[in-house]
Amino acid sequence: MLALAANQWKAHLRLNLSFVKTTRMVIAIGFEGSANKLGIGIIKDGEVLSNPRHTYITPPGQGFLPKDTAKHHREHALSVLKAALEEANVKPEEIDVVCYTKGPGMGAPLVSTALVARTVAQLWKKPIVAVNHCIGHIEMGRLITGAQNPTVLYVSGGNTQVIAYSDRCYRIFGETIDIAVGNCLDRFARVLKLSNDPSPGYNIEQLAKKGKQYLEMPYVVKGMDVSFSGLLSYIEEKAPKLIESGAYTPEDLCFSLQETVFAMLIEITERAMAHCDSNEVLIVGGVGCNKRLQEMMGIMASERGATLYATDERFCIDNGAMIAQAGWEMYRTGVVTPLKETTCTQRFRTDEVEVTWRS
Amino acid sequence: MAVLQGAEAKLYVGDFYGRPCIMKERFVKNYRHPTLDKALTNQRIKSEVRANLRCKISGIQTPTIFMVNFETNSIYMEEIQDAVTVRQHINTVQASEPNLSSVCEQLKPLAEVIGQTLAKMHTNNIIHGDLTTSNMLLEGDPKDLSLFLIDFGLSSFEASAEDKGVDLYVLERAFLSSHPNSQDVFDCILAAYKNQMKDKSASKEILSKLDEIRLRGRKRTMVG
Repeated sequence: MLALAANQWKAHLRLNLSFVKTTRMVIAIGFEGSANKLGIGIIKDGEVLSNPRHTYITPPGQGFLPKDTAKHHREHALSVLKAALEEANVKPEEIDVVCYTKGPGMGAPLVSTALVARTVAQLWKKPIVAVNHCIGHIEMGRLITGAQNPTVLYVSGGNTQVIAYSDRCYRIFGETIDIAVGNCLDRFARVLKLSNDPSPGYNIEQLAKKGKQYLEMPYVVKGMDVSFSGLLSYIEEKAPKLIESGAYTPEDLCFSLQETVFAMLIEITERAMAHCDSNEVLIVGGVGCNKRLQEMMGIMASERGATLYATDERFCIDNGAMIAQAGWEMYRTGVVTPLKETTCTQRFRTDEVEVTWRS
Repeated sequence: MAVLQGAEAKLYVGDFYGRPCIMKERFVKNYRHPTLDKALTNQRIKSEVRANLRCKISGIQTPTIFMVNFETNSIYMEEIQDAVTVRQHINTVQASEPNLSSVCEQLKPLAEVIGQTLAKMHTNNIIHGDLTTSNMLLEGDPKDLSLFLIDFGLSSFEASAEDKGVDLYVLERAFLSSHPNSQDVFDCILAAYKNQMKDKSASKEILSKLDEIRLRGRKRTMVG
């Protein structure tokens, strides 16, 4: 069920459903569970009616494993779904389309969430739309901020990409050639045994605010791509010694790490903006709610005469509404996924999706 | 009179003791920590000048450097007059020629020169670091294929196949995103690169690294 080839997805059946074209408001429900957040959101023509979320939080020093994360999603699916419907004050029969995350993400959590989406779609007799997680972030960012055609920096625990739209495709101009920036931050948080509540990145951000001394560390930019694995090995090895000797505090190291990795991200974003002649930049993904990253991006943007668009943790971090929003965009152009193709895939690139809803 | 502002430098045109000159000034990036900014700017000026000279010695055309001013973070270098970027040239050819296969046919000689030049560069262990079609110039009539490489700010000197593979990967990504439907032209560049390399085991290793690096991007295991 997991490994559906990308071309099969591309060959995705497109139906022109006449009832979509009527002026009636469309209500979409979105199911997101590609990582450690289970989110279910309801959207009515660009208005977020509800967006509850439950996060699987592991003990300090530990990451989340697929099996346990899937178990978490299964345990909370019904209560989160109930909350989403109640908060939105929407009855199942009023919903027009069920949207779910097809990928990319961790296999087991994806499958357990898709199962819930498929079940309700059949119970309620509603069409279903499979959504690319990254596209969900981009469309939600555009909806919330009103950005028209931004260069997008998508930064999370699993993804680091600089994306721009052209010719019915979200093209990836730059990306990490090894690990994601969020993964780099999370793993450093494990070295420091920081709490995973609400998220390791949030706790690094808080410590970094108190950091003063800047430590130079490897800075790796290759064209519009970045690399973090060398930097992570360096800091993982050095940190315990530097802290023990008293040369640097954990706060200093969090500060230095943030300054370095964010500068790399801003640099490739700026290069992509120069390349595409773009004057809007949008930050999405979990790392995107980091205030220091937003501040640095804001300075870069203003110096180029560009505008920064960013959102807060409600929409930056994985949530159900973003899947509903992207699914709604697809649905209104006639995209529906046949039930037997409602599978999941761990690897699903942003540029594999034909963007039917933008000109 | 800045003529152009790139992502990290402003270019000014003038003359240097009677010679046409471009001043490339790297400006301060206020978003990054001053220590990091200073270190990166210095490092990039040095890399740029070093790789530029080393390319020249290896028989690759680059603009001659006249002077460096570390106080103002500026490099004064020869202005390549009457030049277009390879990017502009490809766009012109693509715009004037609707037929895809004849576009490829027209660009083939250029692709070969690019491939040969990059092979020369890598044989001498020079890694450009930011290969794009905007960082290659064609002097005079584009048909003369007088190719100049510019913008060595991200360059380094490395002997490893990994670094050379990444260098080609960066070009591939930039090439295909800037020029839709140009996979054939890029394949020509790689073929010429392979032919030009005298050390066949080295070129084989670099190109298999390139395959490996492509997969890293596409198949990376990830978490939402």
